[in-house]
Amino acid sequence: MVSKLKVDSLNVFYDYCHVLKNVSLEVDANEILGIIGPANSGKTSFLKTLNRMNDFDHTFKMDGNIFLDNKNIFTNMQALALRKRIGMVFALPLSLPLSIFDNVAYGPRLHGQKNKTKLKEIVERGLKASYLWDEVKDRLDTPALNLSGGQQQRLCISRTLAVEPEVILYDEPCSGLDPISTAKVEEAMRQLRKNYTQILVTNNTKQSARVADRTAFFLMGELIEIGLTAKVFTQPDDKRTDDYISGRFG
Amino acid sequence: MGDPKKIQKLMFFLLLLATIIIIVPVVAIFAIILFHGLPALNWGFIFGMPREGMRAGGIFPTIIGTLYLTLGTMAFSLPLGVLAAIYLTEYAAENWLTRLIEISIINLAGIPSIVYGLFGLGLFVMFLNFGASILAGSLTLAIMTLPVIVTASREALITVPKSFREVSYSLGASRWQTVWGVVLPNAIPGILTGTILGLSRAAGETAPILFTVAAFYLPALPRSIFDQAMVLPYHIYVLSTQVPNVPAKIQYGTILVLVLFVFIMNISAAFLRAHFRKRKLW
Amino acid sequence: MTRMKNRFLEKIIEAAIFLSGIVAVLIVVLIFIFLFKESFSFFVKENMLAVLLGRNWYPISDPPQFGFLPLMMGSLFVTMGAIVIAVPFGLAAALYISEVAPAWLKDILKTGIELLAAIPSIVLGFIGIVVLAPLIKNFFHLGSGLTALAGSIMLAFMAMPTIVSIIEDAITSVPRSYKQGALALGATHWQTIRRVIIPAAFPGIIAAVMLGIGRVIGETMAVLMITGNAAIMPTTLLQPVRTLTATIAAEMGEVIRGSSHYYSLFGIGLILFIITFVINLIADLVLHRRRING
Ligand SMILES: Nc1ncnc2c1ncn2[C@@H]1O[C@H](COP(=O)(O)OP(=O)(O)OP(=O)(O)O)[C@@H](O)[C@H]1O
Ligand SMILES: [Mg+2]
Repeated sequence: MVSKLKVDSLNVFYDYCHVLKNVSLEVDANEILGIIGPANSGKTSFLKTLNRMNDFDHTFKMDGNIFLDNKNIFTNMQALALRKRIGMVFALPLSLPLSIFDNVAYGPRLHGQKNKTKLKEIVERGLKASYLWDEVKDRLDTPALNLSGGQQQRLCISRTLAVEPEVILYDEPCSGLDPISTAKVEEAMRQLRKNYTQILVTNNTKQSARVADRTAFFLMGELIEIGLTAKVFTQPDDKRTDDYISGRFG
Repeated sequence: MGDPKKIQKLMFFLLLLATIIIIVPVVAIFAIILFHGLPALNWGFIFGMPREGMRAGGIFPTIIGTLYLTLGTMAFSLPLGVLAAIYLTEYAAENWLTRLIEISIINLAGIPSIVYGLFGLGLFVMFLNFGASILAGSLTLAIMTLPVIVTASREALITVPKSFREVSYSLGASRWQTVWGVVLPNAIPGILTGTILGLSRAAGETAPILFTVAAFYLPALPRSIFDQAMVLPYHIYVLSTQVPNVPAKIQYGTILVLVLFVFIMNISAAFLRAHFRKRKLW
Repeated sequence: MTRMKNRFLEKIIEAAIFLSGIVAVLIVVLIFIFLFKESFSFFVKENMLAVLLGRNWYPISDPPQFGFLPLMMGSLFVTMGAIVIAVPFGLAAALYISEVAPAWLKDILKTGIELLAAIPSIVLGFIGIVVLAPLIKNFFHLGSGLTALAGSIMLAFMAMPTIVSIIEDAITSVPRSYKQGALALGATHWQTIRRVIIPAAFPGIIAAVMLGIGRVIGETMAVLMITGNAAIMPTTLLQPVRTLTATIAAEMGEVIRGSSHYYSLFGIGLILFIITFVINLIADLVLHRRRING
């Protein structure tokens, strides 16, 4: 079986700052890969490289290869098409200053969906998948910015789902959310596993333990260790992993 | 020399005095204009044609001329200025071309208005053969207003959070789709405010329109963009220096109308800004 | 299919965006070319040096004399007078507004300055004729108050919004820690302003002076109306003068198109263009350098 995503000796630089050092890993279809590591270890840079959000950054340089379904995302794919297939949910809930409906419909409209009933279906499906539908179905026309933080983050997930990606990248999706909202977001991720491949960057190691199938540990731009979550958390190969997980770090 | 506290008191008093010397004339000017101009304002003055060699009657053609010219200026400078600002904020890399554009804009802002008048005369009136016309005048004023609109639009575009753009790109949007979908809608209040302010300045300008559109005496409304037109600021010039024995009432009335024209635009810009600031969510 | 069409449309829009981006450069170049083209033959025919140093401006006598010197001196006198008046007052007002005035007064004063900026220059010119000129006439016992001094005072007034707002920006961008450091050492507020704030804001003050000069030298209508309009070599501020800008405005209307006189006015335009170009470039360098240094 070929993996969904394959990263092959990836190096990333901003100006002359070497942010990712020779990272290689594979992500299987329908798995949740958790990525943990202290601040500045290159987690966000890694995600942004995966869907080429770094293309706009003049200081960004890289070498190495990334394959999506065995196709090189840099040489064999257009950035726009790639981003449609690999969606991203950002650290802070980033609702656009539009209504709830228009936030979710933003992506499908970009890609040419104009049919009103189709859009309604898509929006409903997206909101249901992130468990937000029941909370907002009566006020789809109100500004998204009036929702609570947790609701907004689930809205962002719905918005990403609405363009029907294959892979979803989360960059610390629950930072700043209360435990109940966090639980709801995590539940949504577990349910989405059926249809999506997910990569979850988190500052909260316990979150990775709760939802990820496998966990990777990044430190100072290096991939220290990757393996089944249970193993990484109970019998890590590397002492640094152990130190980080048990909180003996920095 | 003396107690520092006393020196401070004296200096602050002098600073205050200097400020008063600047501000008091401003107030006085408005008082003079209102005091002498208000009695002139009535329907006949605003909606009437000038009569008796502009020494009586109304100033309707000059109001309409100024209105047309302002709208014409906007028609050219708004799209051009906004697109230029979009180029600078959303597309341009940090390179020599961008720096060259920025320097050009700064220098455009500093070119004397009479030089714009000369340029308009040379290019639009003579070379392109538009003649002295609303078209030529609008184009001249549009070029003069361009730096104001570009600068204001740039500021408005820059204040749209970067994260909005990232969200849009992450959903597969192209650059233009992002600009159109999330950047422009959130920058429009700032763009409009800046544009109105720029236009209000253009509406009060005399030098650029002297040879490109302004008619000395033309008691009829313009019928096409190729017509000459009477315009408020030039009319004030005519009434105060070119025609003898114009009643002060007519002079001040005309001035008051121009000042009102300009201030209504300024106030609506301020109102717009306040309105959107209150509604702003991010 | 529609995707293809959209892509195509997008390419067109992006081409328009790029063109609009460089339009400012094109316009500057075009203005220069036009002024240069229209005045080149004039400068050759009349001998550039004779024009720039000629002391007589008699464009319609026979033979005509096209000496720019009285006009340039007129602009110089009026501008210098205006700057000498405007800079101390502007600095004082900016200091008062940003350092001394209580919050409520600050807003009122700022609004007052903004109001001043919004008054069309033609209106100020008119007020100059009816209010300022008689004052000068009576004060100095002159035959007419329409003099370089009237122009200087009026222009100082008109340059005030530019000067005050730039100096104010410069003052507010002086780091608070500088000020607090000085105050902590026991300096009075005024000593802090004089020893710390003014020196730190100095580049901004220079830029304000430059841009103020640019603003003043280019002003046309008010100057045309209140400087008395005599193209003679000025010796004092109490004489009537004629500036470069006013000459174009006053004479372009009656000139015979295609005559040397006509082209000479474009020559004056070219000189104004070059002067303001240089001034703005310098002001930008001063401001830009400040930004880079932090
Ligand atoms: N656009 C950029 N330009 C320059 N340097 C950058 C850029 N983005 C990230 N960096 C640098 O790259 C390094 C890694 O940053 P990154 O954001 O990937 O870390 P992270 O692991 O996501 O940290 P955190 O947990 O704080 O989010 C940091 O030192 C950061 O300063
Ligand atoms: Mg991060």
